[in-house]
Amino acid sequence: MVGVADDASPTGELELSGRALEARMISEALEDAGLTLADVDGVCHAGSSMGLAEFLGIHPRFTDSTNTGGSSYEVHVEHAAAAIAAGLCDVVIGVYASTPRSDRKRGGGFRGGPGMMMGPNPMAEWEMPYGLRMPMGPYAMAATRHMSQYGTTSEQLAQIAVSTRQWATMNPKARHQDPLTIEEVLASPMQTSPLHLLDCCLVTDGAGAFVMTSAERARDLARPPIYVLGAGTCHDHSMISEMPDLTVTPGAISGANAFAMAGVKPGDVDLLMGYDSFTITALLHLEDLGFCAKGEGGPFVEDGKTAPGGSLPMNTNGGGLSYTHPGMYGMFLLVEAVRQLRGECGVRQVDGAEVAVAHGSGMVLSCMSTIVMGTEATL
Amino acid sequence: MSQTPAQSSEEKPKPRRFEPPVSPATQAFWDATREQKFLLQWCTDCRKAIFFPREVCPSCLGSSLEWKESAGRGRVYTYTVEYRPQNPNLAGPYTVALIDLEEGVRMMSNVVDCDPDRVSVGMDVGIAWEALSDGRHLPMFAPTGSTTGGDQ
Ligand SMILES: [Zn+2]
Repeated sequence: MVGVADDASPTGELELSGRALEARMISEALEDAGLTLADVDGVCHAGSSMGLAEFLGIHPRFTDSTNTGGSSYEVHVEHAAAAIAAGLCDVVIGVYASTPRSDRKRGGGFRGGPGMMMGPNPMAEWEMPYGLRMPMGPYAMAATRHMSQYGTTSEQLAQIAVSTRQWATMNPKARHQDPLTIEEVLASPMQTSPLHLLDCCLVTDGAGAFVMTSAERARDLARPPIYVLGAGTCHDHSMISEMPDLTVTPGAISGANAFAMAGVKPGDVDLLMGYDSFTITALLHLEDLGFCAKGEGGPFVEDGKTAPGGSLPMNTNGGGLSYTHPGMYGMFLLVEAVRQLRGECGVRQVDGAEVAVAHGSGMVLSCMSTIVMGTEATL
Repeated sequence: MSQTPAQSSEEKPKPRRFEPPVSPATQAFWDATREQKFLLQWCTDCRKAIFFPREVCPSCLGSSLEWKESAGRGRVYTYTVEYRPQNPNLAGPYTVALIDLEEGVRMMSNVVDCDPDRVSVGMDVGIAWEALSDGRHLPMFAPTGSTTGGDQ
């Protein structure tokens, strides 16, 4: 990974939107890499890689429009790494831009709800009639089950939001930068039990991009390259009612495969960027990736292990809970991981970070994709 | 239903909730709900129940499928209480749950006739029905032993 860019704002809103915002992100990521659009011969986009390439006026020979929800960008990195290794292409860009907050203000944009899905489909028939709030309802069901099976508490989930907020206080672009307490999380309005408002991610504008190329070509570029050491993806359902075990995500498989490919163990990881759409989401990642045993995520986070100064820095940009969450957050995991491994993160820099994991979660705990990254020293 | 304002006998009542569409593979299921019968689809080769109903068995891809009436007994696998529903016609709080049926399949539903504070993981439940606007019924579940769980 040779170039990254992202943008978000404490107001939660950005000036640009759509292709214009995507183009700015691509331009910044290419500049970061010391490359130009003319070098690009591969494109990843979770909506339409063809539409994006047409807008940019490029004719890529590698294309990927995979959409697995929020984990799309980790899947793109996995596919791009394989394509580059196979000689299909040399320089791949991936980009994401979404401005739900501004869109809502302008009175347009996307609103979910019953009209969203037309015609018969399993979700319309077997889930939508029951009034489960989306997307938080499925995560709440996972939390209820985890609490019942393992004794996990609301205080422990709240600690994840609190630790993540501590990181956000060091990110000047973060939506929320004031310290937070467990009491404040528990006192925030209950949305869909047992999740409180502050257990839930933000809805903000945000955008980002990455540039990837071969290790050989990367050595001559502007910044120290960050290497993809391993990758893994797995999905085991689309609707929450089809998830085999609500306490175990397919991250248990994607993570194990990515670690095996990288030759890395959880204990070697200096930074976890774990998709935090909700506090329970991050807790499940800690267990499924093997940072603690199944069921022990609650006690694991209790003493601030994932906070600044803890043994496992997690979501150092402030996460989807406090930095930004435009809907499909996986791009920001990659960008922060690359910057931390390059040592560019200023006051929130994790000292001596050599190995980072970006772990994306898509749809309703449906598709997990794990990217293990390292500095030159880890090769 | 009887307290809806401006109700006229001519007008079909407006659906309160999102009503499930019917697909060819599920026609028999929804038809049976008109008589409050709860059918489950079975694969005659695997001898396993299938949910959600579909055109082929998800274990063997076979299409030798049959419908059998279920007693509609199950257990709450997990649940959430909705305090702020997206659908303004549904007043919270109410309980949305995943129900593990005795036949070994899982489905989403509402737990009704039970204070949301009293719902728990592992609770035994049985089928209850809510009338839909077109004569079909939507399967719901109530705690077993509830005096009002049968029909409405
Ligand atoms: Zn079968």
